[in-house]
Amino acid sequence: MRRLGWLIPALYILFLMVPIYWLLNMSFKTTNEILGGFTLWPRNFTLASYREILTNPVWYNGYINSIIYVTVNTLISVAAALPAAYAFSRYRFLGDKHLFFWLLTNRMAPPAVFALPFFQLYSAIGLFDTHIAVALAHCLFNIPLAVWILEGFMSGVPKEVDETAYIDGYSFPRFFVKIFMPLIASGIGVAAFFCFMFSWVELLLAKTLTSVEAKPIAAIMTRTASASGYELGLLAAAGALTIVPGAVVIYFVRNYIAKGFALGRV
Amino acid sequence: MDKTWNNRAWFMVLPVLALVAFNAIIPLMTVVNYSVQETFGDNVFFFEGVIWFQQVLNSDRFHAALGRQLTFTFTILAIEIPLGVAIALAMPRRGFWVSVCLVLMALPLLIPWNVVGAIWNIFSLPDIGLLGRVLNSFTHYNYTREPGDAWFTLILMDVWHWTSLVVLLAYAGLQSIPDAFYQAAKIDGASPWAVFRYIQLPKMKRVLIIAVLLRFMDSFMIYTEPAVLTGGGPGNATTLLSIDLVKIALGQFDLGPAAAMSIIYFLIVLLLSWIFYTVMMRGEGQQ
Amino acid sequence: MGLTWMAWTWQTATFFGVIALLLVAMTVWEFASPGGAPRRGVLGIETTRGDRLFISLLGSAFIHLAWLGLVGPDLWWALGLSLIYAVAVFRWV
Repeated sequence: MRRLGWLIPALYILFLMVPIYWLLNMSFKTTNEILGGFTLWPRNFTLASYREILTNPVWYNGYINSIIYVTVNTLISVAAALPAAYAFSRYRFLGDKHLFFWLLTNRMAPPAVFALPFFQLYSAIGLFDTHIAVALAHCLFNIPLAVWILEGFMSGVPKEVDETAYIDGYSFPRFFVKIFMPLIASGIGVAAFFCFMFSWVELLLAKTLTSVEAKPIAAIMTRTASASGYELGLLAAAGALTIVPGAVVIYFVRNYIAKGFALGRV
Repeated sequence: MDKTWNNRAWFMVLPVLALVAFNAIIPLMTVVNYSVQETFGDNVFFFEGVIWFQQVLNSDRFHAALGRQLTFTFTILAIEIPLGVAIALAMPRRGFWVSVCLVLMALPLLIPWNVVGAIWNIFSLPDIGLLGRVLNSFTHYNYTREPGDAWFTLILMDVWHWTSLVVLLAYAGLQSIPDAFYQAAKIDGASPWAVFRYIQLPKMKRVLIIAVLLRFMDSFMIYTEPAVLTGGGPGNATTLLSIDLVKIALGQFDLGPAAAMSIIYFLIVLLLSWIFYTVMMRGEGQQ
Repeated sequence: MGLTWMAWTWQTATFFGVIALLLVAMTVWEFASPGGAPRRGVLGIETTRGDRLFISLLGSAFIHLAWLGLVGPDLWWALGLSLIYAVAVFRWV
C-alpha cells in the first residue's frame, strides 16, 4: 500500500494534464486540421496562432489590461487587509465576530445579478472602462479572503513579540513594518497569491466594467469567438497563453504554499 | 490566545470596511430596490410590491433550477472533499517531488474560468475532442444532446478544476503535524486508520472547514464555466441558478423578477453557509 | 452623479432605515451593558445578543418568504409572526 502510494497523485496529475495537453495540441494546429479530423498531435505544426496574438494589439492589449488590474487589485487587497487582520487577531472589539462573518458573506453574493448595479455604480462615479474600476470591484471577494488568510498567520505569532517590541520603544508603524511583517512574510505571499488567482480568473465583473480601454483578455476571447466564427486554433492559443502568468506566479510561491499554510492557524 | 478589548481596533478595520461596503452595500441596496419595481428602461420604475417574490417562489422554473443547483453542489462536495484528502495523504511529505506536485496541481486553479469552460468544451466534443472520442469508442456519448452526458461532463470539469484547492489546503494541514506524533504512533503500534482518525484528521479540521466553505459558496454561485461548456443545455438540463438568473436579467431584461430571485438565492446561500460555519466552528471555542 | 439609477422607493428606504436603527440600537445596548450577554440556548450553541439579532432577522426573512409562497401577499401576518419569533429567539436561543 505505502509503496504504491505515489500512484494516486501521479494519476491525478495525469488527469489534470490531459485537457491542458489537448489545448496546447490544438493551439499548434491549423483550423483546417482541427475541424478536418482527429489527430493526437499536430501534423502540420504551426505557430501562426501565437504569431497572430503576439503581434495584434487587440489581442496582446488584453493581456496587458488583465495584468494591470490584477496587480493593482492584489496590492490594494493585501495593503488594506494587513491592518484589519492584525486587529482581528490581536483585539476584541465591538461587533468583531459579526464583522468577520459579514466580510465572508461578500464571497457568497452571486455576481450574476450584481453585474448591472456594478455597471451603473462605476458609471456614476466616472470609472467605467478603467483598470482601477475592475481592481476595486474585485476587492469585494479578495479582501475578505486576504483578511481570513492573514488573520490565521498572525494568530500564529505569539503576542509576546508585540509586547517586547513596545517595551523596546518601537512605535506601532515601525514595529509593524520592521518586525511583524517579516515574521508573516509567507502569509503575505500566500494571501497575495490567492488575490492574484481570484482576480485573474474572474470574468463576469471584469467584462461588465470594461468596454475598450481596459478589456481583459478573457473577454476578448469570447468576443472573437462569436465575431469571426469558430477560430479554434486562435482560441486555443489565447487560452494557453492565459495559463502562463498563473504558472509563473505559482512557481515563485511554491515553497510558501507548502510551508505557508502550515505556519498559519491551520 | 487572549485578546484584549480595544475598540480603537475599529480604525484598523476602516479601510477594509470602506472598500467592501462600497462594493457590497450599494449594489445590494440597488438590487433590493429593483426587486419591488417594474422597469421598461431609462431609469423609469413603477412600484409593484412583493409580486415578483411571489411569482419566483411559485414558479416551477425556479424550483427546478434550485433543485439542479443543490444536486450539483452536493455531488461535487461529496467527490472533491474525500478525493482531495486522499490525494493529500498520498503525497510525498518532503523533497523535490513536493514542488513538482504542488505546481502542477495548482495549474487548473489559475486558468480563467471561461477558458476552463472552453477547454472542456473542445476536449469533450464527440467528433474532434479527445474525451468525446475516447468515450464514444466504448459507449454513445454526446454532451450537447444527452442531459446525462452533459451532467457527467459538468461534474468532471468541476472536479478537474477545483479538487486541487482541497488538496492544497489539506496538504498544508498535514504539513503542520510534527514528526514526533508519527513516531509516537509507530511505537504504540497504531494502525494507519488510527493515525488518520486521531492525528491527521484533527489537524486538518480547520483547513477542511475552509475548504468545505469555499467549495460550497463557489459552487453555489458557479456561472462562467457551465455557461461556456453547455450554456445550460441541452434544453434546461444543466441550467443552474445563476445561469437562469442571467437568462432572466440580461436575456429577457426582467430586472424585477431577476432581482427578487437573486435575493432569495442570496438568502439561501447565507442560511446554508451560516449553518455550515456555526456547526463546524462549534468545537473551536472549547479547545 | 445622480442616484436615480438606484431606484429608491420610500418602502425600501424605510426597510434599510429600520435595519440601520437596529444596528445603532445594538451598539448603544452594548455600551450600556458590555459583553453581549453570551449564553448557551436551546440550539446548543453559544450566542451573544448580536447573534440572536442575526438569527431573528434571517429567520424573519424566511418566514416572510414562506408566507408569500404558501399563503399569500398579505405580509402583515408574516410580520407579526416574525416579531413573535424574534422575541422567542431573544428569550430562549
